[in-house]
Amino acid sequence: MYPDYMEESLRKVVQTRPKRLELARKPDPVYPPMNAEERRAVLEGFHPDFEASARRKVRVGPNRDESLTTEVADLLESHSWLRSNQVDLKKPDFETDLLIIGGGGAGCNAALVAMKEHGLRSIIATKLRMGDANTMMSQGGMQAAVSRTDSPTRHYLDAIGGGHFENKPELVRALTEDGPGVVKWLEDLGVVWDKEKDGSMKTMHGGGTSRKRMLSCRDYTGAMIMRTLMDEVRNHPDMIDVKEFMPAVELIMDDKGCCAGAVLYSLDSEEFFTVKAKSTIVATGGYGRLHIRGYDTTNHYGATGDGLVMAYRAGAKLMYMDSVQYHPTGVSFPEQIAGFLVTEAIRGAGGQPLNKDGELFVFPREPRDIEASAIIRECVQNGGGVTTPSGRVGVWLDSPLIDMLHGEGYTDRHFPAMYRQFIQYGIDITKLPMLIYPSLHYQNGGIEINERCETDLPGLYVAGEASGGLHGRNRLMGNSVLDYNVFGRRAGKYAGEYAKKVKLGKLSLAHLEAYEKELKDAGVKTDLVTPVLLPSYAPEDVRKRQLLRADNELPGTSVLHNRLHDERPGA
Amino acid sequence: MTSAMAKTGKNLSVSQADEKGSVAKQRLITVSIMGKPYEVPEDATIMGAIEFAGHQIIRGAGCREGYCGACATIYRLPGDYKIHTGLACMTMVEEGMTLTQVPYVPAEKAIYDIEKLKPNVTAIQQMYPTVFRCVACNTCTKSCPQGLQVMDYIQAAKRGDIATVMDLSFDCVVCGLCMLRCPAEITQPLVGILAKRLYGRYLRKDSPELAERVKAVEDGAYNAEYAELMSMSRKELSDRYYARDSE
Repeated sequence: MYPDYMEESLRKVVQTRPKRLELARKPDPVYPPMNAEERRAVLEGFHPDFEASARRKVRVGPNRDESLTTEVADLLESHSWLRSNQVDLKKPDFETDLLIIGGGGAGCNAALVAMKEHGLRSIIATKLRMGDANTMMSQGGMQAAVSRTDSPTRHYLDAIGGGHFENKPELVRALTEDGPGVVKWLEDLGVVWDKEKDGSMKTMHGGGTSRKRMLSCRDYTGAMIMRTLMDEVRNHPDMIDVKEFMPAVELIMDDKGCCAGAVLYSLDSEEFFTVKAKSTIVATGGYGRLHIRGYDTTNHYGATGDGLVMAYRAGAKLMYMDSVQYHPTGVSFPEQIAGFLVTEAIRGAGGQPLNKDGELFVFPREPRDIEASAIIRECVQNGGGVTTPSGRVGVWLDSPLIDMLHGEGYTDRHFPAMYRQFIQYGIDITKLPMLIYPSLHYQNGGIEINERCETDLPGLYVAGEASGGLHGRNRLMGNSVLDYNVFGRRAGKYAGEYAKKVKLGKLSLAHLEAYEKELKDAGVKTDLVTPVLLPSYAPEDVRKRQLLRADNELPGTSVLHNRLHDERPGA
Repeated sequence: MTSAMAKTGKNLSVSQADEKGSVAKQRLITVSIMGKPYEVPEDATIMGAIEFAGHQIIRGAGCREGYCGACATIYRLPGDYKIHTGLACMTMVEEGMTLTQVPYVPAEKAIYDIEKLKPNVTAIQQMYPTVFRCVACNTCTKSCPQGLQVMDYIQAAKRGDIATVMDLSFDCVVCGLCMLRCPAEITQPLVGILAKRLYGRYLRKDSPELAERVKAVEDGAYNAEYAELMSMSRKELSDRYYARDSE
């Protein structure tokens, strides 16, 4: 339940509701959408990326001297777990056609396509379990232009406008043109899409969509897709070898500069294993668990940007790594679920963001960066937020409107996960609004790819959230679900083609020493060792005692005791 | 502190706030994690409590938002003989709670080619014959942290009613607690996944416009429009974007 002192504000929400309901029933927007100039102003004034300390120049690597998100620059200016002379590359522990790093949606798609189209074998190496990925958590849906009023080119225009016209056009074309085919691919694998009575796809709006284009599986869209893909992967144990709790910590190159596999690290035994692969796909997802600018995150436990730093050390260029997506609607109260995602589909179905006086202050379906910035502005500048007992702020998201607009029972049927999340704390979202605030959600940029998922490095492919260029500096809702399907499949196809003809040279980890030297030459002083692998949520006193013991010596100490932002002498 | 956080508009999770030492004195209660007592904040989730105690979870945490089923937990409360179940990320601690996580439940997944199955009772018989051992005790339903009618969908599976299995198991997070508690040793979540795939593959109503759209793309129907959009300057694209009509 909400604390008593919020009652007055909640009463105002109820008072303004009939008028807002009337607005919502009309075809016109319930609040004027922003024009280009207004969008620019709210972004520059209030988006966390524009705070003074949000970015800094990175001093090493392919993007040297480029301004990146500060935490990303910290992540890249770090030491490897490995020294090349300590790893024997002459006899790899495993050999395979494709090594796929990451067992989420992109990785599973890639393995299935490489098998079905090329008859190739894969190893999927994943940090936690297969399916422990942001894919599992996407609620609201996947964009794909399948309805008669829509078209792939219209989807293209929406995506590229949402990304402020900075998206790589050939990637957006691949995304939007492959969309309908992906819907069919998933349906044939057994994904149960929400449908109208006549069999046509149920479509909804998302932020920045000009046509209803969001396809869903209730609010378990990602879970449905992920479990279907995983089940299919597990039906082919002879072709796809899934190694769980075995994250990659470095890429292996050959003496011709081609990517040739990776070194894996077993979280159970703390052993390192080498994998030689004809082609390698990084499908490691994003970085929400780095808690950029101290924000809560919607991301899964292992989202620590591992692929970025591995690929960067090997020489792959990053794109748009100065841009972070904050989801407009993360939970602000109850504390226990703070930062959790409240699906954008709530606004797509008619939910409205309101200030403490129960008034609309933004069009509910602006692109995500705009909507999030407008919510921050309402709280920080206009004092329109509601403060929680622990000092968070939030604005209301008026969910009871949804049943009023679509009929009683609609929320139960379409948002069962949302309902469950709140009812545990005595908040019935069909009767009470949710208190929300932006939450760290998505890595807009990543390792730069082309429409074949190729990077600067031959043999290295990237798909899904780990990649950069597709979304420009702002992704629209539902385009990430489509992204990992489209580009996961493309990665399997093109990495498979490459694997069939490549002749690998002598394996090497020389790039690690070269990178170390670059750090030294640039005067970087850090004791950070990456990939980070897992965040620590131990209280400060516990962590201090842990560090006394571990001392973080390299290598041979536990990866699990290396943490970003640790207070260590010399850090 | 309160006003400072409100002013910067920055929200920190409870655990992060702990790290920064910025949360006011919390009331602590005692819970026992795998037999060892720890003092933890009274308003913590089980997952929050385990981490507050200083454990680095490796197995037993995934999405942390109730979708992935990695954090299945069983617990007892003082003076209560019952075994309770929950997801650690979604369940609050209580004074005197004694708990353990069950991050994995052994279960044999059937290997099948979905193209060679039919959406009927035969598929269930061949892939998961243990379904027919169900004694309708309802223990699975009582153990489901999602509140699903698990026994009802197992009964539906026995009848070959694939659509009902799909519908009732839709929100299953595959935490495995039902199959751990089942006296007939049925693997309910796996039956649910099979039924959902059979439904999606065979029992769905096809979408005519989806088929048309896939064909149009294959035939290159949008090539000209793409070529035009991709050759536009940023200014032209911007003008086109802001002038577009909306549904």
